[in-house]
Amino acid sequence: MVKCNAVTNVESAKHITVISNKARNLLLHLAMKSRFLVAALLGMTALTVSHLNGAGMTHAQDKFIVVASTTSTQDSGLFGHILPLFKAKTGIDVRVVAQGTGQALATAKKGDADVVFVHDKVAEAKFVGEGFGIDRREVMYNDFVIVGPKSDPAKTTGTDVIAALKKIEAAKTPFASRGDKSGTHAAELRYWKAADIDPQTGKGTWYRETGSGMGPTLNTASAMNAYVFTDRGTWLSFKNRGELTIAVEGDTKLFNQYGVMLVNPAKHAHVKKDMGMQFIEWLTSAEGQAAIAAYKIEGQQLFFPNYVALKKAA
Amino acid sequence: MAEVMNPPRALPLSAERLGFAAGGVTVLNEVSLSITSGSRNIVMGSNGAGKSVLMRLLHGLLTPTAGAVKWSNTDMALVRRSQAMVFQRPVMLRRSVRENVEFALKLTGHENVHRAAEAALERVGLVHLADRAARLCSGGEQQRIALARAWALQPEVLFLDEPTASLDPAATRAIEETITAIHAQGTTIVMTTHDLGQAKRIADRVLFLHHGRLVEDTSADIFFQQPQSPEAAAFIRGELLW
Amino acid sequence: MQEISQSFSLAFVLIASFDGALLSIAGLSLRVSGIAVLAASLLALPFGAWLALARFPGRQGVIAMLNGMMGLPPVVVGLLVYLLLSRAGPLGALGMLFTPSAMMIAQALLIFPIIAALVRQVIEDAWGEYREQLVSLNASRGQCIRALLWDMRFTLTTAVLAGFGRAIAEVGAVMIVGGNIDGVTRVMTTAIALETSKGDLPLALALGVVLIAMVVIINLVAQMIKTTAMRKHG
Repeated sequence: MVKCNAVTNVESAKHITVISNKARNLLLHLAMKSRFLVAALLGMTALTVSHLNGAGMTHAQDKFIVVASTTSTQDSGLFGHILPLFKAKTGIDVRVVAQGTGQALATAKKGDADVVFVHDKVAEAKFVGEGFGIDRREVMYNDFVIVGPKSDPAKTTGTDVIAALKKIEAAKTPFASRGDKSGTHAAELRYWKAADIDPQTGKGTWYRETGSGMGPTLNTASAMNAYVFTDRGTWLSFKNRGELTIAVEGDTKLFNQYGVMLVNPAKHAHVKKDMGMQFIEWLTSAEGQAAIAAYKIEGQQLFFPNYVALKKAA
Repeated sequence: MAEVMNPPRALPLSAERLGFAAGGVTVLNEVSLSITSGSRNIVMGSNGAGKSVLMRLLHGLLTPTAGAVKWSNTDMALVRRSQAMVFQRPVMLRRSVRENVEFALKLTGHENVHRAAEAALERVGLVHLADRAARLCSGGEQQRIALARAWALQPEVLFLDEPTASLDPAATRAIEETITAIHAQGTTIVMTTHDLGQAKRIADRVLFLHHGRLVEDTSADIFFQQPQSPEAAAFIRGELLW
Repeated sequence: MQEISQSFSLAFVLIASFDGALLSIAGLSLRVSGIAVLAASLLALPFGAWLALARFPGRQGVIAMLNGMMGLPPVVVGLLVYLLLSRAGPLGALGMLFTPSAMMIAQALLIFPIIAALVRQVIEDAWGEYREQLVSLNASRGQCIRALLWDMRFTLTTAVLAGFGRAIAEVGAVMIVGGNIDGVTRVMTTAIALETSKGDLPLALALGVVLIAMVVIINLVAQMIKTTAMRKHG
C-alpha cells in the first residue's frame, strides 16, 4: 500500500511487547482516529440524552423507588392492585424488580433497591442482623398449598402437610421443586426437614428441581403430572393447570409471612429513605392493609394483612 | 478557455533495473526505461508479459522487489498528485456521474470542484448524463467517466491499463479520441494495449515486453516497420508468443 | 394446535384494538433496540471499516476475536453490565440499573461485534475492488473509509438490520439489567417470558406473534427502500 497515506505510527508501535501488541496497536489507531472518537461521543450522547429524558413511560421521573420483591408476589397480581392506590395517594412510582428471594436480598444488599419485600423470615432476620436492612415490619401472610394430579397417586388429600410429604416420598411419585433459593423453596425445604426426609435422596428420580420461578415450575409440574409446593396466589392466577388441582391446604404450618424492610441508608447513602418509608408506612397503615385484603382472585382473598404496630418500648 | 499544462514538474520518470517477483515467480526482470514529457508511450506484449505489473510499478501501486522508480522531483506528494490512472475495468462509486468526478477533485482540495467537474464532463461529452447513476451507465460511458475523472485532475502523466479491452469499436473510438485530446493539452500518455491497430493509431514510442523483460524500446515507426527484436517481429506478424 | 390459533386471534385483537399495554411495551422495545442499534452502529461502522483496511501484526487475531464475539451469550453480557451498573459496582453512581438505559447499553454491547464483524467483511471485500482506484486518486485512509462506507450503504444496512433483529429479540440481558419493571423496563421479550412463567401461554404466544410481525415488517420496509434505491443508484 505505497500510496495510501497510512498512519506511520504503526512502525513505532512494533516496539511494544508481543503479548499486548494487538491491544496496544488497536488502541493507538483508535486514539488517532478522530472520527472514531466523534462517533463514540455521539453514541454516548445518544445514550445519556435518552437516559436523562426519563426512563420510559413514567410521569414522575424522579419520584420513584425501587422495591426488590419476589416473582411469586408479582405473579399473584397483588402489585397491580395496590401500587396504583399508593401512587394516587403519594405520587410515588413504585418500581418492582421481581426476583427470587435470595436474589432480591442480594440486590438490596448491593444497594440496587430502596425497599425489600419478601417472604422468608429467617433470611430477613439475617439481613437485618447483618445491618443491611432496618425497620422490618410484618405486612401480610398468604398460604402455601400442595397441588398434585387429580388422580392423587400418593393419596395426599387433606390438611396435614407433613403427612402428605411423607406419603409422597413413600410412593416416590414425581415432585417438582423450585430449587432456586427462593422464599418458597426455603419453606418447602423446612417442611421436608420437619418430616424427617432428605428430598435429595430422590434427586433425579422422583424429586425434580427446576431451578426456576414459581410459574415455570408449575408449568413443569403440569407437564409432568407431578406434585408441587406453591403459594396460593400464584396458583390461583396460573392458567396452565393441566391435570393439577389443590391436594393439601389449610394446615396452619403452611402460612407464609411477608416482611418489608428499608435498605439501610447507613450502608448505602443513596437509598431513598423518605419515599421508601412512605411506602412501608402505607403498607402497614389501615388503608394499605385494607387494600391488601381487598385483592381477590376468583372471589378468593389471597393475602391476609397482619401488621401489628409495636407498642412503644417502655 | 484554453488550458495550458504547467511545465513538467515530476517528469522525466526513469525506471532502473526494475524487477518484481511474487509467490516465487519473477514477473518483471531488469526493466530500465525512461518517460519524457509530451510523449505517447505504448507498452505492448502478450498476456502475462508483465505489462500491467510494469504500469503499477511506475504509478506506485506496487513496490518493486528489485531496482527503483525515480522521478525527477523529490517531493513525493507532488509526484503523486501529478499522475492519474485509468484501469481496464472502471471503478465507479455508487453515486452520480458528476459526483464521481467531483469526488476525485475534492480529494485534491480543488477550489472550484463543481466547475471543474462540469468542464471535464463537457470535454468527454457526458454532460447529458451528469446526474445519472454512474453504475447504471454502459461500459463505454463508464470508461469515459473514468477518463473525465482523470482529466479533471490535470495530471502530468496519465497511465492507462488496457482501457478499451472490454469495449466495442464505437466506444473504443470515443476513448481514443479523448486520449488524443488529453495528450494535446500536454499530458504524457503511458498506455498498455494488446491491440496492434490501437497502438499504431496512438503511439509515438513502443515498449515491448516479453516474459518480463523489456525486449524492445523504439519509436513507433521503427517498431511497426522494422522491429529490432525477433519477438516483436513475431508479435507484429500475429504469431502467438509463448 | 388450538393454543396457536387462539394466540393468533388474540394477537389480532390486541393489535386491532390498539391495546394500551401492548403499544407501550412494543414502543419501548423499539426505542431500546433502536437506540442500541444507533449507538452500536456509530461505533461499529467506522471501526469495522478501519479494521478492514488496517494492516498490523496480530490483525487476524483481532478479526477472529471479533467474529467470535458475535456469539457472546446475551445473559453473560447482561450479568457483566449488571455488575458494572450496580450500586456496588464501578459505575453505580450513575444510577442506571433497572432503567431502559441499562438495557440499551447491554444490547449495544451485544450487537456491536455482530455489526462490526459484518461491516469488516463487507468493506474488506469491497476494498479488493476499489483499492487500486482509490490509492491512485491519493485518497487518505480516512477518505477511503468514508467512500467505502457510503458506497456499500445498501449491504451495510443489512448488517445494521441484523444487529437490530438480534437486539429486539434478546431477553436474557435485558431481564437482568432492566428488571422487567412494569411500565418502565418491560419490553416485548421480557413480557413474553413473564406471561409464560405465569402460565398464560396464549397471551405469551400472542405477544410473540406481534413481536415477529414487528420485525418482519421492519425488514420488509427496509428491503423495499433498499431495492428502490439500488435500482436508482446501481
